[in-house]
Amino acid sequence: MKNKQDKTSLEEKYYIASQWQLMWRKFKKHKLAIFGGTILSIFYFITIFCGFFSTQDIYKRHTQYIYAPPQRIHFFDEKGFHLRPFVYGLKRKIDPVTFRRTYTEDRTKKYPIYFFTHGDKYRLWNLFPTDIHLFGVKSGGTIFIFGTDKLGRDLFSRNLHAARISLSIGLVGVFLSFILGCILGGISGYFGGTVDMVIQRVIEFLISIPTIPLWMCLAAALPPHWSPIKVYFGITIILSIVGWCGLARVVRGKLLELREEDFVMAAKIAGATDYRIITRHLLPSFLSYLIVNITLAIPSMILGETSLSFLGLGLQPPVVSWGVLLQDAQNVRSVALHPWLLIPGLFVIITVLAFNFMGDGLRDAADPYK
Amino acid sequence: MSEDNIKALLEIKNLKKYFYIEKGFWKKIVGYIKAVDGINLYVSKGETLGLVGESGCGKTTLGRCILRAIEPTGGEVLFRTEEGITVDITQLDKEDLRLIRKDMQMIFQDPYSSLDPRMTVFDIIGEPIVINKIAEGKELKDRVKDLVKVVGLNVKHLKRYPHAFSGGQRQRIGIARALAVNPKFIVADEPVSALDVSVQAQILNLMQDLQKEFNLTYLFISHDLSVIEHISDRVAVMYVGKVVELADTEELFFRPKHPYTEALLSAVPKLDPRLRMERIILLGEVANPANPPPGCYFHPRCNYAKAICKNVEPEWQKVGPDHWATCHRAGELNLRGVT
Repeated sequence: MKNKQDKTSLEEKYYIASQWQLMWRKFKKHKLAIFGGTILSIFYFITIFCGFFSTQDIYKRHTQYIYAPPQRIHFFDEKGFHLRPFVYGLKRKIDPVTFRRTYTEDRTKKYPIYFFTHGDKYRLWNLFPTDIHLFGVKSGGTIFIFGTDKLGRDLFSRNLHAARISLSIGLVGVFLSFILGCILGGISGYFGGTVDMVIQRVIEFLISIPTIPLWMCLAAALPPHWSPIKVYFGITIILSIVGWCGLARVVRGKLLELREEDFVMAAKIAGATDYRIITRHLLPSFLSYLIVNITLAIPSMILGETSLSFLGLGLQPPVVSWGVLLQDAQNVRSVALHPWLLIPGLFVIITVLAFNFMGDGLRDAADPYK
Repeated sequence: MSEDNIKALLEIKNLKKYFYIEKGFWKKIVGYIKAVDGINLYVSKGETLGLVGESGCGKTTLGRCILRAIEPTGGEVLFRTEEGITVDITQLDKEDLRLIRKDMQMIFQDPYSSLDPRMTVFDIIGEPIVINKIAEGKELKDRVKDLVKVVGLNVKHLKRYPHAFSGGQRQRIGIARALAVNPKFIVADEPVSALDVSVQAQILNLMQDLQKEFNLTYLFISHDLSVIEHISDRVAVMYVGKVVELADTEELFFRPKHPYTEALLSAVPKLDPRLRMERIILLGEVANPANPPPGCYFHPRCNYAKAICKNVEPEWQKVGPDHWATCHRAGELNLRGVT
């Protein structure tokens, strides 16, 4: 009897489930999308607190440790297992002929890792001065989880800070394309006729331009004396100039499709104003599609920024983004000798894949009524 | 506002709706599709006028033009309001049209696309009430509950979304919404053709009950003659954008005056095999509304066509008491109806 009641209440829950609840039900079934979403949440969470999660100041140079390889975190030493992880010190050797630096673990020096330690000073969100880091070693020791670059700066901290730019540029860029796409696509779809034709031809023209040369031209046009913040927004605008086209088409297509739906006509016959029809019926109907498209558009933004910065046309040092970090990995020598310089590329791949997985799941869930 | 007062609740005079055929980059107009081509009809208060015809003959377009859900190209739609004033719907501005729509509503063919899937049943039925500021708050709730009861749904289900309901139940929701503003006149655009036969009967009976209860007037569009026969007081037969015959249901079914009506009637299935009449198979295709034949549109398929039918377009003429037809030979032919 109780079982039967449970079943009916479960059914009733389904019957009174709104669009978003139904979408969430469907999305949850997409394991890969949940996985992607989790990874992204972790990434963004770490990015927000990147000062806390990084081990040191990103501009601090350790001149004794240039191109140091990643230090391994150990739990075992000659005495056996330790609950507190530690790293060994690094011993540098310079080849007298080639001047090549090689590092070996110095087993005599042991630096235990402490959590919530005091380290380099930083300002959380540029507001609160603090020096607490999630983990680190006592002063005198070094911890380079991802190694160091050619100036001896810690790459782990730099990667975390780079994520701040690389991950946010996708969101900001997409936000701009979202506004452009909604307005222009909305005009195109709602009014139709000549306006529609002009906008569609402009979109076709923009899409037909090869993106990399276009970005390069526009990026070259950014004044060199601009501050990094201005360049950052300049780059997002450049990226969204092409990005809005796809979105505008989705908005237009959906509007054209929905305008013919009977429920829109029913609302019209009931006496609804255009404003009410747009906000109450049309917008909720294609909002889910917009979200899907935005999710799938973010990776291309991130990739765009990375490629531009990699080519030296986007953001410039001292600003760090994954693309800027990858500039150091441009030649074969550094890739062969210092493969840890490619780690930012790995992050780009993971992020883009995660976004695509999540977008895939969202697309499947976008229309729960079909 | 029109000068001439009408006796009927609704009178349609020479109503036209042409769709333009555009071609090429500059969208040059290369022709018209005459979906509704000069239709004259009237609907009296409290009656049901059935509108029957093949798919694509312009039934739905006519229904939508009357409510101005789409803009008619020409003609008049005269509507007599509660106060006895005659209004030409086609001439109203946006604001007046909104007011008059309280009196005229529509029931849609497809119960799946006519309900916004993102709104609860309460919001769907309540929307017209809210828009027209008829009631709010508790009053609104009570009104929606009443409507739901009237159409035979469970009041407990108001919080549900349309995906929880079957086609027949959805159609009931659609009917409740149409009734929400207390209309006098309802265009029912094939309200049962998307439903199972068993459910069809329920919905038809419901509509008849509601008609008695609220003194409603229906324009009932259908392609199904048996449904039309069941529900209509009078029937109009449409062929390629024109009404070819109009008469009382009985008169039309037993004494058709237009050869097209005769052919349609011969296709109605009958239970008793001895009563089955020889089916008249129409040859050829339905006339193309973008390029109709000269003379009578029906003449290429008509078994009784004469020379005059090929050249002269027939007039809308009275062929009996309350019986009109557009056929040159309406007076002389002795056509078979339902036996």
